[in-house]
Amino acid sequence: MPFVTASSQRGPYDVIVVGSGAGSGQSAYTLCMEGVKVLMLEAGRRYTPATESPMFQTPEMAPLGGADTTDKDKGFYDATVNGGWDVPGEPYVSVPDKWGAHFTWWRARMLGGRTNHWGRISLRNGPYDFKPRSRDGLGFDWPITYDDVAPYYDKVELLIGVYGGETSLENTPAGPGGTLLPPPKPIVSDHLLMKYAPRFGIPVLPGRRAVLTRAQDHRTIPGKLHPGNARAQRILAEAMRKRSPCLWATPCGRGCAVAANYQSTTVHLPPALATGNLDIITDAMVYEVTMGKNGRANGVRFVDATTGRHEHATARIVILGASACESARILLNSKSAQFPDGLANSSGLVGRYVLDTVGSSVSGQIPLLESLPPLNEDAADGLQVYVPWWLYKRQLAHELPFPRGYHIEYGGGRQMPSIGTFSGLEWLTGGSYGRKFKEDARRYYGSFIGFDGRGAMVPNDNCYVEIDPKVKDRFGIPVLRFHWQWGEYEQRQAVHMQQTFGEIIEAMGGRIQSPIITDPVKAIAPGGYMIHEVGGTIMGADARSSVTNRWSQTWDVPNLFVADGGVFPYNADKNPTLTIMALSWRMSDHILERMRRREI
Amino acid sequence: MTDRRTTLKLVIAAAAAMPALRARANYTDNLEPGASPPGNLRQFEPTMDGYGPDPDLIKAYEKGAFWPLTMNAEQRQLAAALSDLIIPQDEHSPAASAVGVVDFIDEWISAPYPRQREDRATVLRGFAWLDGDARHRFEQPFAKLHEAQQRAICDPICNVSRASAALQGPAQFFAAYRNLTAAGFYTTVAGRKDLKYIGNVPLAQFDGPPVELLEKLGLA
Repeated sequence: MPFVTASSQRGPYDVIVVGSGAGSGQSAYTLCMEGVKVLMLEAGRRYTPATESPMFQTPEMAPLGGADTTDKDKGFYDATVNGGWDVPGEPYVSVPDKWGAHFTWWRARMLGGRTNHWGRISLRNGPYDFKPRSRDGLGFDWPITYDDVAPYYDKVELLIGVYGGETSLENTPAGPGGTLLPPPKPIVSDHLLMKYAPRFGIPVLPGRRAVLTRAQDHRTIPGKLHPGNARAQRILAEAMRKRSPCLWATPCGRGCAVAANYQSTTVHLPPALATGNLDIITDAMVYEVTMGKNGRANGVRFVDATTGRHEHATARIVILGASACESARILLNSKSAQFPDGLANSSGLVGRYVLDTVGSSVSGQIPLLESLPPLNEDAADGLQVYVPWWLYKRQLAHELPFPRGYHIEYGGGRQMPSIGTFSGLEWLTGGSYGRKFKEDARRYYGSFIGFDGRGAMVPNDNCYVEIDPKVKDRFGIPVLRFHWQWGEYEQRQAVHMQQTFGEIIEAMGGRIQSPIITDPVKAIAPGGYMIHEVGGTIMGADARSSVTNRWSQTWDVPNLFVADGGVFPYNADKNPTLTIMALSWRMSDHILERMRRREI
Repeated sequence: MTDRRTTLKLVIAAAAAMPALRARANYTDNLEPGASPPGNLRQFEPTMDGYGPDPDLIKAYEKGAFWPLTMNAEQRQLAAALSDLIIPQDEHSPAASAVGVVDFIDEWISAPYPRQREDRATVLRGFAWLDGDARHRFEQPFAKLHEAQQRAICDPICNVSRASAALQGPAQFFAAYRNLTAAGFYTTVAGRKDLKYIGNVPLAQFDGPPVELLEKLGLA
């Protein structure tokens, strides 16, 4: 019985993994496949995508047509349960609570965490992204290079299944060939972008998402990922055979009952459980890492949310993968006489340099796309194509007022009509109603496109978390207090997004509904909105300037590691999840090596 | 596409800031907290909690499954008349009220969430104005009027940017109500069929658009 409770643990365990999302799921997978006994602690409930994903449900089956509400912040059918911008009984503090300085924190208290609903966009960091300071003098370099991580990007892509295309563009790497699945066919609005973007010197590439555009090669991939480990190969092959290729329907964010995309609950955890080496306790809210007398971690304390009892679990090694800010919270709450400022915090940097992604959006209406014939454009649920950052050379020459780039996530098409599809059409229809309104709806349906810029953030001293001195959650655990301020670089970057998107839409013959925002403060989405927060336990070259080392190991406690985005000293424009997994696998390999050498 | 939340928030914000809202007594009567609209349009305030952060996502829900619907018979007649004026039956699809749009709107304005409670105020205030104007001009409630009479009332308020200063409030109500009617209608089987939406079915492969179409559009 791999799902256990506080009282039915089957220790001793080699490793405790806190969290069950991308980073923690990857750690559990890698370690269990090599025979390590792992106890995973997840704060939320058990969640089963095969039976709980509302894949083909239509809006009229849901209350309010599936509208987003304060109970389901991204709509009724979003896979996130017991989560969102607010988690009942688990507050956090953001001071000052005002636009621009406010940080909004998305959490998912469920097995698999945020991987159940994420966008599946899986971009590799490039060589510049690991050495940004060396390139332009700002922020921090990682203590590792692209070449250190590249083999792990290869492995993760092979394991989870990522579609994409080859590329030779600057700082936009792909694997050595054979790691990516074929990209989906572009839809009509994608072809529009492919025609017009190049006129601005803007490249359009096949998208990269963790979606199976065909069945995985279960005959050869297991041997590549687990050479010399026949049992792991057999388990992985069987897990891969159980995944279906994409059905070309239903939004990935609802979760995938047939495991055609990556979520920890369908890809990492099933094979890890099949090894017999993984035990999972759900509803286990971890709040403290406990220390032995030898200066090493010996376990964690958690509240069993079903009983309210405080429990202790022990292991030789502790891995935090609770999400960047939650892992920082656990460390800061792990105070003792020996560590009055929290654990692994001799640098004073736990909670510091929290980063998010710059976001700014413009949408338009395209006359060419009006009144198209019936087409099934569900496709891969978006990002059949995307635009990587394309102005590296101009940036290097200091020709732009911001040092780091962004990529463009683009979408359109005849998607399933939702409650918002025909809202606010007066700017096009002149306020029609009656038969004319129905004609207008047919005419404009599918003629809208949207550009979402997703940009890099330079770390700054004003973005950090600390423990609030007063507020506690329903378990009595002190909560986080966020501090946030975008830098001018990010704000200028957002204005560049606005202007660029507006120019492309106009070149397409389209109309822009809302004016292009040129006020830098208003052009940028508030902190946290992109749900890409990383940093807080940043990795670096020495114990003075960072919390973790090149192996995601805390400098202060040799058997304590961080598997989530907390270790990022820089957030490039690339969505962080793929890198989180690659770093977690790399860290886990390092742990295996140290365990074999009996060093930890 | 501005999302609905943003649109409605802007509408509400504009309404709150607009002195013109107070130009007509029968429009502003029930702006005061606790005040009842004129006539029989009494308010029933939703008091239930929502569906919570972990509802069953698989089952199909009837309207009113989580909180009671609150429109009375007269309000439902008005809602049906206005919805059908906005989305009438034609050769492609039925009228809005024939596919449950009144229930959709009733569920919406009866819901306990902040956004829906704002919409509730907008809709009930608009209903009161609409019936007041109908009785004032044609001595009948709006639902009993002929289409030409209904149009005479709605034409001046069907576009916020063209509506007179005195009619800004009603025009913002009409825009919000049209959004709700379209939201309810185009999320039904009939609405999707009208738009010739043919997705949400599993496919063995995805072929992309036909080359002939791309050529015709100059995108090949």
